[in-house]
Formats: sequence, C-alpha cells, structure tokens
Amino acid sequence: MIKLPINLIIGIILVAIVLGTALLSLIWTPHDYALLNISEKFHQPNYIYWLGTDQLGRDVLSLLMAASRNSMIVALVAVLLGGSIGTLLGLLASAIGGWVEDLVMRIADIGFAFPALLFAIMLAAVFGPSLTNAVFAIAFINIPVFARITRASANQIWTRDFVLASRAAGMGRSIITFNHILPNILAPIIVQATIEFAVAILAEAALSYLGLGAQPPSPSWGRMLSEAQTLLYLAPQLAIYPGICIVIAVLGFGLFGDGLRDLTDPRLVRER
Amino acid sequence: MAYFLLRRTIGFLLTLFTVSVIVFGVMNILPGDPALTILGLEASDDSLAALREKLGLNEPLLERYFSWILNALIGDFGKSHSFGVPVAGLISERLSMTVSLAISGMVLTILLALCLGIGAAANHKKIGDWGVMFFSQLGIAIPAFWLSILLVILFSVKLRWLPPGGFPGWDNPLMAIKSLILPTVALALVQSAVLARVTRSSALEVMRLDYIRTAKASGFSNSRVLWRHVLPNALIPIVTIVGMQFAAVVTGTIVIENVFYLPGLGRLIFQSIANRDLPTVQALVMMFAVIVVTANFIVDLLYLVIDPRLKERN
Repeated sequence: MIKLPINLIIGIILVAIVLGTALLSLIWTPHDYALLNISEKFHQPNYIYWLGTDQLGRDVLSLLMAASRNSMIVALVAVLLGGSIGTLLGLLASAIGGWVEDLVMRIADIGFAFPALLFAIMLAAVFGPSLTNAVFAIAFINIPVFARITRASANQIWTRDFVLASRAAGMGRSIITFNHILPNILAPIIVQATIEFAVAILAEAALSYLGLGAQPPSPSWGRMLSEAQTLLYLAPQLAIYPGICIVIAVLGFGLFGDGLRDLTDPRLVRER
Repeated sequence: MAYFLLRRTIGFLLTLFTVSVIVFGVMNILPGDPALTILGLEASDDSLAALREKLGLNEPLLERYFSWILNALIGDFGKSHSFGVPVAGLISERLSMTVSLAISGMVLTILLALCLGIGAAANHKKIGDWGVMFFSQLGIAIPAFWLSILLVILFSVKLRWLPPGGFPGWDNPLMAIKSLILPTVALALVQSAVLARVTRSSALEVMRLDYIRTAKASGFSNSRVLWRHVLPNALIPIVTIVGMQFAAVVTGTIVIENVFYLPGLGRLIFQSIANRDLPTVQALVMMFAVIVVTANFIVDLLYLVIDPRLKERN
C-alpha cells in the first residue's frame, strides 16, 4: 500500500473543491451572476444571498463560482498551449542535439527575461487588453519552462539501452521520440503542468486585477478584487472572498503538483 | 576565469540584443500600423499620415530599429505621444519612486527570509519550523495585490495608522516614508516566503556536513555556528533565488504601484497603455526587461565571489 504524501492529500481535496465548484457553476449557481439589481446592493451575507451582494446587487457567491470556471479555463488553455509548444521544442532539442539544442536552450533563456506581466503589457498596448492576450502571455512564459524540463528528462532517456537498441534496429529519431522518449518522460511533464497550472491561476488573477485580463462583464476573481478595492471603506468584505478563492486554488494545485512529484520521483523528496 | 567572464558577457549582450529585437518586433511589426493603433480606427488619413511621419514609420524597419537602439543607448527614448514630452524625462521623474520601492522591498525580503529560513533550520522539525513552512506555503499562494488590499483594510481602514495609497513627495519625509511602508511590506512578505524556504533547505543541507559537527564539538555557540559557518556555505542556492527574486520584485513594483497609486514607472506603463502611447510603453518594457536580464547576469558573476572554487574550475 503506497503512503500518499500529506501535501498530495491536501492538494487533492482543494483541487476537488475548486474543480467541483467550476463544474457545478456550468449547470447551477444560486442566482444569475450577471443579473444587476441595484435595489439589492451591499447586502451582508444572509439566507438568500449566502455571501451577500456587491455594489451592483449581484450575488457574490454566484460571481465567485462563475469566476472559478473562467480561471480554470484560462489556466488550462495557457498551460496546454505553452506546455505543448515547450515540450515539442524540448523533444526536438534532445533528439537532434548540436546547434539545434543550443539554439532552443538560448531561446528558452531569453523567454525567462520576459515575465508574463511584461509580455501581457506589450500585447495590451498593441491589441488592447483582453482575456485572449492574457492567455497568450501566460502560455508564452510556459514555453521555456517546459522546453527545459523536457530536454533534461529526454536527454537521460536517450542514453538508455532500450533506446540504443531501437536505434540499432533502424528506428528513426522521430519514431523513437514519440514511441519511447515521450511516454517515459510524461511523469515530470505532468507534475510540472500541475505546478504551472497554479502559477497560471495566479497570473490570470493579477492580469485581470490590473485590467489586462478578463474584461467586464466576464467574471474574474482578479477583476472582482480591483472593483472591491474602490469600496474598501464601504464594503471591505467584497475584497476578502475573491482573494480566498485565489489562495485555495493556487495552494491546491501547488500542493497537488508537489505531492505528485514526491510520489513519482522519490529521489526528489526534500527535507520537509 | 577570464574565459568564463567572456562567455557570460557575450551571452548577456546577445540576450539583451534578442530582447530588444522581440520588444521592437512586438511593438512595431505585430500591430501592422502603429499609427492606427495609437489614433484608433476613426482617425482620418491625413492625421494617420502625419503621425507616421512624426514617428518615423516611413523609414525602413531595420533603420528604425537601429535608430531606436542607438538613441536609447544615449538616453533618448523618443517623445511620448500622450504627454508630448521626451520619454526619458517622464522616466527620470518617476524612477526614484520605483527604485526606492524595489530596494526597500528587496532588503526587507532578504532580512525576513534569512531570519525565518535560518531560524526554521535551527528548529528543524519543531513548532517554529512548521510555522515557517506554513507561512512560506501560504505566502507563495497569496497574490501580492490581495495581500496589499488586506494590509490596507487592516492598517488604513480599521486602525487608520497608515495611508491607503498615494505619495505626498519627499518634501514631507515622514509622510513619504509612512506611505511606503505598506507597499514595501506587501512586496517583501510574498517574496520572502519563497526565499525563506530555499534558505531553510539549503541551511539544512549544510548542517549535515562534518565540519559543522566539528564546529559544534569545538564548543562554538549555536548562533555562531549558524551565522558564521552554516549561512556562508548555504549561500549559492540562496543567491540564485535572490537574483530571480530581484526580477520578480522589480516587476512586482508595477503591480504594487498600481495598487497603492504610487507615481512610479509601473503607474506610467498603465497610463501609457490607456493612452495608446506606444513609444513610452516600448521604452518602459525594454527597461524592465533589461533590469531582469542584468540581474541574472550579476547573479552569475556573484557565484564567483561566493564560491572561489568555481574560478579554478572555469
């Protein structure tokens, strides 16, 4: 019987809560999150509005639930997009080696010079702020991360006997890459994807808070916080809930990723 | 040693060059017509043509790139489209704000992280250790802008000790420092969470080594062993993260300045985006990217100072 690391267990619980809420919001929210009802504004939590209402009379719980869905979609698309490009580049670098490998790694180094925020700022200045640009910016910072980890893991597999045997049997580099290398390095890639998912949630919230991500009326935790900030003296509670949601989601996916890593690669278990 | 320095310096310059190409490319080639981006779809053909001429858009792309880079090297970033004054002037007016925030944030980050990390390592597997680990796990998940809002709710809205935002200028030093306290703390708390964790694990690695046991057996006090023997030898991974964090702190100031309405470069970027002021955004993005790349380069060089063995190896 495998003993699951404690961070993995907490991570699974938090991720289940966040994903469950996001999925539930597809079919049910307590109220219509987009429904404006000025006469009901600034309600404290009560049995009709469990977390109260905001400055436009919208139900806060429904907004938070709908925002969780958006946050998950943005993180998923950004990590899938950046992760696939990065993984392909890493596989290419490892399979060909030589100057191609050097070139890919230098490009990855340069990618690290651009934090997501700077890239999003450039895209917003050129195309105007939008959630799509935020997704591209977050995907972009994922490319070098995945390229590096894929190359490092793939280089190890290329030296194994069964790969040498396949080469001796006349298999091409591309077939070996997809039949033997990729399946054997999936574990570290999936672990990294989980951790990057947490980073992406945080980045989306920050970009939306700054007005570079989700635009009204699309609900987003980050934007809810920036709206609540102007009402701190009137309704400070509005600035609490979205932040808690962000922390739960980021903590959940972060712990889940850490736990998966400890489970799949016992050599990496660090002092805790 | 000389070879190592040369290789790193060439790599640094190449990275800077590529970064400048990317910034220029995204800002000048992607939009198709920057004049249209700046003036919007309703602009008349005449005004578009006039702006193209003013921005030098009729020149060949390569020529524009090189004139931008060469002018930037002598401190000329062109003219701001929305403010109507040189971008360099706008930057120098606001630079001190961003620099003081970044430096105070970084100093507080390092102080907090070293104390917490070494403290946790000294109390390994005791309550203090668990406390630090919990703080660092939480700190990594809390967005700096939300922490800022929480600090404002507590210290400005409830207790009324500190201003919720804005900056009165250095003419009134006491008020100026007061208005920088919350932004600095918000910037540093989140960053120190990551650094404390690295400090702790790096210190734990060193504490297992024989010479630490020898030092303890020689009768040195615990704190002397920790600060004089463990910390200097645990510095390499710490410095790596500090370099990365300096970059994070610098870009963090962009967010924090917007949370606290501080008149620095981060605010200027967002004003420029709202005004579609491409030359200003381009100059500022390039500046922040240069700071990030330079910070990483300095970290590379610092390795040599911290670990003299690397000099021989290279």
